Amino acid sequence: MNEIIGTIFIVIGLIFDFLGCLGLIRLPDVYNRLLASAKCVTLGTCGILFGLFLFKGFTATGFKALLCLLFILLTAPVSAHALARSSYLSGVKPWQGTVADEYKDEKR
Amino acid sequence: MIAKIFLFILWFLVWIFLSWPINTGDVIMAALVSLFVCYMINDLLFSNGETGRSKQTGLIDGIRRLAWFLYYVVVFVWECVKANFDVAYRVIHPDMPIRPGSIKVKTGLKSDIGLTFLASSITLTPGTTTIDIDKEKGIIYVHLIHLKNDYDPSSMRLAIVEKFEKILRRVFE
Amino acid sequence: MGRRTRWFIGMVAVVTLIGLIIFYPITSMLGWQSVFLRRAFLWLFMAAFLCLFRVLRGPTAPDRAVAIDMLGILIVGFCAILSIPTGRDWYIDIGIAWALQSFIGIMALAKYLEGKDFDE
Repeated sequence: MNEIIGTIFIVIGLIFDFLGCLGLIRLPDVYNRLLASAKCVTLGTCGILFGLFLFKGFTATGFKALLCLLFILLTAPVSAHALARSSYLSGVKPWQGTVADEYKDEKR
Repeated sequence: MIAKIFLFILWFLVWIFLSWPINTGDVIMAALVSLFVCYMINDLLFSNGETGRSKQTGLIDGIRRLAWFLYYVVVFVWECVKANFDVAYRVIHPDMPIRPGSIKVKTGLKSDIGLTFLASSITLTPGTTTIDIDKEKGIIYVHLIHLKNDYDPSSMRLAIVEKFEKILRRVFE
Repeated sequence: MGRRTRWFIGMVAVVTLIGLIIFYPITSMLGWQSVFLRRAFLWLFMAAFLCLFRVLRGPTAPDRAVAIDMLGILIVGFCAILSIPTGRDWYIDIGIAWALQSFIGIMALAKYLEGKDFDE
């Protein structure tokens, strides 16, 4: 039973991983790509790790998977935030369909 | 002091789980390393911002904060799943219904760890990413994937930010 | 070529690949889990190739940095899935180490792109 639920979690994780990478290809500029892929790939990998935890149960590998999940959930937004800020400061222009750009008005 | 003991137990458990088939040497090593890390890092994690000294908290207050934190986790997971379906819809749709823009949002949180949690949960919830935080003025710069048509730039508020801020104020302030 | 046409071609390609991955016969002695997880592995390979395409193609340096970040998180998923059919539990240790390493590398890359010193 645990293995079937774990398989379902892994399938959900794989689908979101793939959609995040598709967003990395399709969206027009670096900020939107970062937004889409940071969300989808983080939740997808967390789903895979939770599925691994359900497969292994309360063993050493299961606890390590939970720790890894927590670690990714804490660090992925921080690195996304750092990359967004650094690409603004290094002067990447937003897409021409952008409707409001108040951060740029503030900085320059 | 309670914060220090809590952190010591946390680091100790993390070290134990990472080296799971344990013997006596591992336990001694874990105690030494987590004492050292506690001594180095405590003021960084639970400082108040202005004074730089760690906060005094009682036991009842700690339990109340823990309950609010659990509520925060539930709300966060639900918003995170909603965000992923939202982004998946926008990626698959042939016309890509996106209308990106970056705006300013006002916040009332003061402590470092509260702002960190707020920024991280903004990044993982529907259609928003934090770009920068101005701590003195209390302003967060947010990049949205779909800015609503009737958004008023002078109001400087966003529903999702206020929702998280209300919970995080109870946990960390 | 219009936008809709390009979307349709891409959709057909993706659906064909997914169908190949789901219905291609893989025989195994070890039961249904091993076969399923091998297919999951192929699926993750496809996602990683999309990331590599963005690394190759990206017009600016931050695009490539974003793609490398996502590739780092995907590889943790690789390690987690790989530890189920092979039965070797130490793959998840590699995953944890990779996550730490990737986070530090991305922070250094972001600081470099920002054009500032490292002592902030």
